[in-house]
Amino acid sequence: MVMKRSVGSQLLASVLVNSIYAMKNYPVMFINTLLAPFSILIVIILVSHGGLLQVGIEGALIMTTITAGIGLQADLSHLKNDMKLQDMVVSSPTTSLTYVAGMGLSELVFSAPVMAVLAVLAAIFIHPTLVQSLIIVAVMGISFIFSIVLGFVLSTFTSDVLQSWGFTGILSVVLTTLPPVYYPISYIPQPFQILAYISPTTYAAEIVQSAIGFISISTFNLAVDWVVLVGVCIALVVIAYKKALWREP
Amino acid sequence: MRGVVCKGISKTYDRKTYALRNMSFSFPDRGIVAMIGRNGAGKTTLMRIMATELMPSKGSATINGIDVVKEPGRVRELIAIVPQEARVMPWLTPRQTVLSYLLYRGFGYHEALTRARRSLGKLGIGKFENVLGHKLSGGTKRKVLVATVLASEAKIIFLDEPTTGLDPISRAEVWRLLQRLKSNYLIFLTTHYLEEAELLADSIGIIDRGKLLAMGSIDELRKKAGQQYSIRVTQEVKPRSLRGYKTTKFEGGHQLMTSEKKAFELSDKLIREKARFTINPVSLEDIFYRFAKKSIESEETSGGGDEW
Ligand SMILES: Nc1ncnc2c1ncn2[C@@H]1O[C@H](COP(=O)(O)OP(=O)(O)OP(=O)(O)O)[C@@H](O)[C@H]1O
Ligand SMILES: [Mg+2]
Repeated sequence: MVMKRSVGSQLLASVLVNSIYAMKNYPVMFINTLLAPFSILIVIILVSHGGLLQVGIEGALIMTTITAGIGLQADLSHLKNDMKLQDMVVSSPTTSLTYVAGMGLSELVFSAPVMAVLAVLAAIFIHPTLVQSLIIVAVMGISFIFSIVLGFVLSTFTSDVLQSWGFTGILSVVLTTLPPVYYPISYIPQPFQILAYISPTTYAAEIVQSAIGFISISTFNLAVDWVVLVGVCIALVVIAYKKALWREP
Repeated sequence: MRGVVCKGISKTYDRKTYALRNMSFSFPDRGIVAMIGRNGAGKTTLMRIMATELMPSKGSATINGIDVVKEPGRVRELIAIVPQEARVMPWLTPRQTVLSYLLYRGFGYHEALTRARRSLGKLGIGKFENVLGHKLSGGTKRKVLVATVLASEAKIIFLDEPTTGLDPISRAEVWRLLQRLKSNYLIFLTTHYLEEAELLADSIGIIDRGKLLAMGSIDELRKKAGQQYSIRVTQEVKPRSLRGYKTTKFEGGHQLMTSEKKAFELSDKLIREKARFTINPVSLEDIFYRFAKKSIESEETSGGGDEW
C-alpha cells in the first residue's frame, strides 16, 4: 500500500516553517518584512538624485531576488546545523529539489511586500511595455533561481553557523557590492570594471538597464549577458544536483 | 527480507576516524532494537547510515529488502528519524512542529493537523500544543520530537537517545508508549540507560569503538557472556566458598559472575557457610561492563596519569 503524497504539502511545509510561522509567532520578523520596502525606497530616493529613479527601481527589483539566496543560505544552514531539520527531511519522502523549492518560496514570502511596492513604483515611473516587463520578470526569475540554488549548495557545506556567516559575507560582496545595480557600469573606473564582471548580478543588471533604455549596449553584448546569466544559472543547478551534500558522503 | 539487514558496514570519517568497523546484523520488521555503547562508540553514525543521511564507506544495508545505499528514495518512504541533536524550532509551537513534519511527508493539511493533535495527546503533551518551542522545558521538547515521528505513517522509526533529559515519570511514559507500539513498528533506538534497553528491547547491540561486540536478547547476551548469574556477597571478608574465584570488589562486598550451574552450587555452599549474599541473573549493566571492560582497561593503562 503506497501512500499518495502531495508535493504541494511538501512545499507548504517549508513556507510555513521558514516564513509564515516565523512571522506569525515572532512579530519582529513580520515588522522587519513590512519595513523592508522603506529601506529600498530610501536607496531609490538617494540614487534618484541625479535622475537615477528608474534605474533605482529596477536595481531594487534585481537586488531583491539576489538577496533572497543570501538569506536562504543563512536560514538553511541554521535549520540544518542547529535544528537538524534537514536531517529529518533527508530521511523523509521530501526530495532535495522540493525542499529547496519550498524554501525558495518561503524567501519570496518575505520579499513579497518589497516586490509589491516596487511593482507599483515601476508601473508609475518606468511604465514598461509588455516586452520590457517580460524581460525584467525573466531576469528576476533567473537571478532568483541561481541565487537560491547557490545559497542551498553553500548551506549544505556548512556544519556550523560561523561558516554560514562567512558565506553570507562573501556572497554579499560578490552578488551585491561589486555589481553596478543602481548605476551603469561605466561609473566604475576602468580596471575595476573587470571585477564587476565576476558577479553574475552585473549581467542581470545590464540586461535590465538596457531594456528600459537606461544604457545602450550592442546586440552582441546583450546576447553575451543573456548567455552568461542563463549559463551561470544552469551551471549552478547542475552543481547543486551533483555536489550539494543532501546525503553526507 | 523484511526488517533491517546490515552487511559489513564500515564508516571512516576524513580517512582517519574509524567510526564503524565491519558491522553486520539483522533484525525483523517488528519490535525494538537498542544500541548501547560508550560515547563515540559509533551509535549515531550507524543510525545515520541506516536512515540514509550518511553514506557508509563500505558494506551494504537493506530495510525491508530495499538497499539503503542504492535506493534511498524508496527507503525514505518507510522510515522516520529523530536525530540525537534535533531541536524543536523555538519559533514553532508543538502543533506547528508536528504538522509541518507531516506536510514534509506529503500528508494533506487537514489530515496532518488531526494526526499532529492526536500524537501530541498520546505523549501527554497536548496541553502544550500551542506554546512556543522556546518556552517548553527540555524534556517536553524531546517528547515533541518523538511525537513528530510517531504521528507519521512510517513504521520503521529511528530514535537516537529518545529519553535523554526526561524525568523518570516521563521516561516511563515514553517506555509504555514504545512498548505499545512495538507489535506494529520496528523501533531502532540508542540509549545510555541500560535499564531502558533491558526493559524495552527485543534485541540489544553492544557497540564499542565501531565494533558490534554482541547482539541479541538479554538472555542470549547472558549466554554469550558465559555468565548468567551474579552473586553479590555483602560482607567485607570474602567467604571461604569463594576463595579461588576471581571476584570483583565493591564498597562493602564482593561480586562473582558465573554460569547457571556454578552459581547454584556456590549458593548452596554460601548458605551453609551462613554468608550474606544475593543471587540474580546478571544485569545488562554487568554484561556491558564485561564486554566493554577490555577496551576500558587498555585505555586506562595508556592514559596520561595526571592526578587532580
Ligand atoms: N562528522 C564527523 N566527522 C568526523 N568524525 C566524526 C563525525 N561524526 C562522528 N565522528 C566520530 O565518529 C565516532 C563515532 O561517533 P558517533 O557520534 O557515531 O558516536 P555515538 O556512539 O553516537 O556517541 P554518543 O553516545 O556520544 O552520542 C567518534 O569518534 C566521533 O568523534
Ligand atoms: Mg550519538
